[in-house]
Amino acid sequence: MALTQAEVREIGLIARLNLEDDAIEGLQEELNQILNYVEQMQELNLDEVEPTTHSTELTDSLRDDVAVPSLPRNLVLQNAPESKEGAFLVPRIKAVGIEDGA
Amino acid sequence: MADTQTKELRDTIPFLSASEISKLITSKEVSAREVAHTMLDRIEALDADIHAYNEVSPELALAAADDLDNRIAQGATAAELGPLAGAPVAFKDNMNLVGTHMTCSSKMLENFQSPYDCTAVRRLLDANTLPLGKLNMDEFAFGSSTETSVTGLTYNPWDPERVPGGSSGGSAAAVSAGMATITLGSDTGGSIRQPAAFTGTVGLKPSYGRVSRYGCAAFASSLDQIGPFSHTVRDSALALSAIAGKDPQDATSLNLPVEDFAAACDQDVKGMRVAIATDLLEQAGLDPRLKQEVLDSAELLAGMGAEIIEITLPSTKYGLPAYYVLGPAEASSNLARLDGIRYGRRAENAEDILDLYMRSRSEGFGPETIRRIMIGTYVLSSGSYDSYYTKAQKVRTVIKNDYEAVFAKADVLLTPSTPQLPFKFGQFADDPTAMYLSDFYTIPVNMAGIAGMSLPTRLIDDLPASVQLIANHSREADLFRAGAALERSFAFPYTSVPAGRS
Repeated sequence: MALTQAEVREIGLIARLNLEDDAIEGLQEELNQILNYVEQMQELNLDEVEPTTHSTELTDSLRDDVAVPSLPRNLVLQNAPESKEGAFLVPRIKAVGIEDGA
Repeated sequence: MADTQTKELRDTIPFLSASEISKLITSKEVSAREVAHTMLDRIEALDADIHAYNEVSPELALAAADDLDNRIAQGATAAELGPLAGAPVAFKDNMNLVGTHMTCSSKMLENFQSPYDCTAVRRLLDANTLPLGKLNMDEFAFGSSTETSVTGLTYNPWDPERVPGGSSGGSAAAVSAGMATITLGSDTGGSIRQPAAFTGTVGLKPSYGRVSRYGCAAFASSLDQIGPFSHTVRDSALALSAIAGKDPQDATSLNLPVEDFAAACDQDVKGMRVAIATDLLEQAGLDPRLKQEVLDSAELLAGMGAEIIEITLPSTKYGLPAYYVLGPAEASSNLARLDGIRYGRRAENAEDILDLYMRSRSEGFGPETIRRIMIGTYVLSSGSYDSYYTKAQKVRTVIKNDYEAVFAKADVLLTPSTPQLPFKFGQFADDPTAMYLSDFYTIPVNMAGIAGMSLPTRLIDDLPASVQLIANHSREADLFRAGAALERSFAFPYTSVPAGRS
């Protein structure tokens, strides 16, 4: 089952990647190469096998419910692309073209 | 200090072990400041050709050195300062160290300043080591050659036409070229052991949960583990003792006793059960000379009283395909945090929030990172989740069970570290899956969460050869025990590295 260019574009949108038209074809080929490679797993009969999500047997790792200091605000914001009044500054959330109050 | 003496020291310090440096400093034969200067000068002279470092931190190194010298002047003893005191160290550029950047060798994080210390970094520095800087890597650790870094190639100190391996290529090259005594790397599918194999260094991937991952940029959280590079097995053991242990900041770190791993280096291997996997040695693509290193290693251990057991490990070949589902799946999820909002690259003049996300990420990530995010996003999507992601997790169970069967019979498993000697730049440019094969022998170890170490053996055609030792979860002591025995037998000539010779 090979990925189509439309599917590659769709995956790009889900992954929040802006893929140029001329990059799509190359990616399609590379992704299909990788997916083709991982098909080897089909050789194994895995019907009766439970999946492993994590290699250790840890379940809950709880600590005492005591407040501890977090990073100071200036350190949290020191890498912010834009900040204002102690907060992260972002552009408008509504997509362009949607009318206010609509 | 007399000039001739100074020159002599400058020539030897870069290839001394941490414990030797520590002895020189605590016995006041040389100051920590002199050690720091020696190493910084060597980096200055050599790193233009090797490019192991993304950032050098002379202020931090000299401050730590002065602090150490002061404490020694005030009477602090060698026992108080510990066996790593004064050892020059450096860190893969996906670990946070306050006072430096953490770029992950990506445009996305080129200006990121570390707001806190990675726990493993902090613990190594608390052992009174001298931090020299941050080391090059594949972008976000995606690669096996360090070629996907945006800061440029790192050259193999044994042959400048060849890669140092990856993704921790800078960490490997720095130790190999005598530009650090111990470095930390991270290993998700072989990213410590493969570059160690390519550069003639000792590279350890501890058991999952042995070392806290806090402060290390996540690639695949269920597979990642931080570990040391060094010239010697003993230094590897000392470094692990320093960085291991439960950390409240990483819920997956385990509350295992932190052993005196260096003691294991002095134990003989009499009665030790060493497995070799006969099917893995017949694997297509394995350089027969590297197969021979495994067989010779087994013979050496047998000669020292170990018992050799032949086993098979048929699930190994499914490690790679399963890894290329699970790794990207976890990575695509981890890298979703890089959205141009709180840190990292932000595209200019975004029209709205979606435009900002999409353009910031596309501008910030390189081609291999985009490839992995795309694969990960696809295998996690609802239509393909069961056929790829769940299946790969089941393969993981099969691999884990296979190792459990091996370690019911054996203490360590001896395999090749890599199928081939270090390859040349650009050798796999046309086929991403061809380079993946260099992690064939290392990936299943991460899948099972157990411990592995690559150990240099001899030079073949002037390139470092190696073997891998694998032990059950939390049995690193067995790696050090068998590794130190092999190290004594092979006496790999790490000081003969051509880099820096005129």
